[in-house]
Amino acid sequence: MGVIVNATPVVPGAAEGGIVRSHLPISLWGGVDPATGVIIDRRHDRCGASIAGTVFVFPSEKGSSTGSAVLLELIRSDHAPAAIVTERLAPIVALGAIVADELYGRSVPILVLPEGGADGLAEGARVRISHDGSIDVISTPRTSDAMW
Amino acid sequence: MGARGTNVRLTAADREMLDGRHGEAARFAMSVVVRMAEVQDAAELLSIEQAHIDACALMSPSSLELVERLVDGGGRVRVPTTLSMVSLDLENWRRLGVPAAFADTALRIANAYRALGCIPAWTCAPYQGYLTPRFGQQIAWGESNAVAYANSALGARTNRYGDYLDICAAITGRVPNVGLHRTENRRGEIVFRLVEETTDAWRAPEAWAALGHLLGEASGDRVPVIEGLPPIATIEQLKALGAAAASAGSVALFHVVGLTPEAPTLAAALYGRPPVDRIDVTPGMLDRAWEDLSSGEGTSGRRLDAVVLGCPHLSYAEFETLAAAIAARGGRVHPDTRFLVITDVQSHALARRGGLIEPVERFGATIVFDTCPFHSPIVRRDAEVLMTNSGKCAYYAPGELDVRVAFGTTADCVRSAVEGHVVREASPWA
Repeated sequence: MGVIVNATPVVPGAAEGGIVRSHLPISLWGGVDPATGVIIDRRHDRCGASIAGTVFVFPSEKGSSTGSAVLLELIRSDHAPAAIVTERLAPIVALGAIVADELYGRSVPILVLPEGGADGLAEGARVRISHDGSIDVISTPRTSDAMW
Repeated sequence: MGARGTNVRLTAADREMLDGRHGEAARFAMSVVVRMAEVQDAAELLSIEQAHIDACALMSPSSLELVERLVDGGGRVRVPTTLSMVSLDLENWRRLGVPAAFADTALRIANAYRALGCIPAWTCAPYQGYLTPRFGQQIAWGESNAVAYANSALGARTNRYGDYLDICAAITGRVPNVGLHRTENRRGEIVFRLVEETTDAWRAPEAWAALGHLLGEASGDRVPVIEGLPPIATIEQLKALGAAAASAGSVALFHVVGLTPEAPTLAAALYGRPPVDRIDVTPGMLDRAWEDLSSGEGTSGRRLDAVVLGCPHLSYAEFETLAAAIAARGGRVHPDTRFLVITDVQSHALARRGGLIEPVERFGATIVFDTCPFHSPIVRRDAEVLMTNSGKCAYYAPGELDVRVAFGTTADCVRSAVEGHVVREASPWA
């Protein structure tokens, strides 16, 4: 509670959501269904989870260069994560967010974490993200469970 | 947000585009390019000499809206630009049973990219055909397997261009000067040494796919160097390696000592510096990579719903391999199995002249142009088991098509299709 992680805003913006945390790289194309936001890569540690409306935290991107088109479509259809936070810069993810901003005038914040920054971001915790890249942990998974 | 107050050093021509003096499409495209330059910490932009566009592949409402906005804004590509797959076989979609509503959107996307001045190659394997880039040439290519091939086998220079940055680069002729466009980032960093002489094993391109799968999983974002492969390779072998490595991981450039143009020696591939990491690759590891491309137990002996060859698009030489496998096995595709051969019109035209199409069609295969099963509904929805010789197809099919996958050689695929159930030989290292 009250933990703040100072990430670098790659595509700045404000957001709030519950964390879906992955420990594996992902390709958004082939990894996420663009119509629903559900992870479909059978080799991925969060296969079956929905990233729609969540703060999706994962180490890095991989695979297809169509990932940016998947994020654009997720944003258009309101199935995008509230924010995407990675441990290493993910240019294809950032590109999807930038194109959405240019095409539709709306987007999702993309942040890159400092070394070790993912340690403070647990599955299910609720976080608030600010324009400057700060990630404020406003409730931990246990209190979330108690609330709902 | 916005690109106007940028730290990226822009030329007068860049600024004119950004200010909208070359039309709305050029402004839009330059804005995306400059914002990506900021994201990637580029000091400046770089001119490219050609582009390959992957953005036409995904069929979605936003994909259509974006390209039609570029057309409406007077967009026109400034460099020779080829197109990757579209989500439709533009010649045979009716025969393939693609619904008209689906085809309508796909055709609009295809026509819009043509209206921007792109060359309608419609292939994920542009290196097999028109506009092969030169060594050292600065290009902007999308489609991960094509990127891996262009950088590694040809020594051209491209980053992995994501959807819409590729078309924005083609319209502006400019890209962020970062990553693999720059010599210092092309240095090999992680050495994969093949520890046993297994020259025979490397004849089949599928063996190279298994190695690519291993490479993709183990390289992370580092440039891999492979030591110990035979000094002669076909286009198809390097294509299989790159496609698998770019699917299982994010490999956009690999060096093979004694084979690829930037790696005459190990020291050259490493730019004279010590590697960051070294991995000894044993036959056991390669055998496991081969097996990992199949969905575990549960395919052998089961009814085979679909075979997919041509991921990336089938080349002339691969048509030869297929025709030889058909001749060796005899028989026809089982009525329960759909045998899909995915290719581009150029390779198909050559194969027809080479007398290779007739035996493939007589075998009962369905030849598909311009697209692939991941972008076009050409594999039945209720398919449960799919067989392929492609590391890339094997990697993506379980998630994209909701099937179990069996990975095997072209000969295995032909034999299985005739018998109507999966028959696989062991890997060359078993």
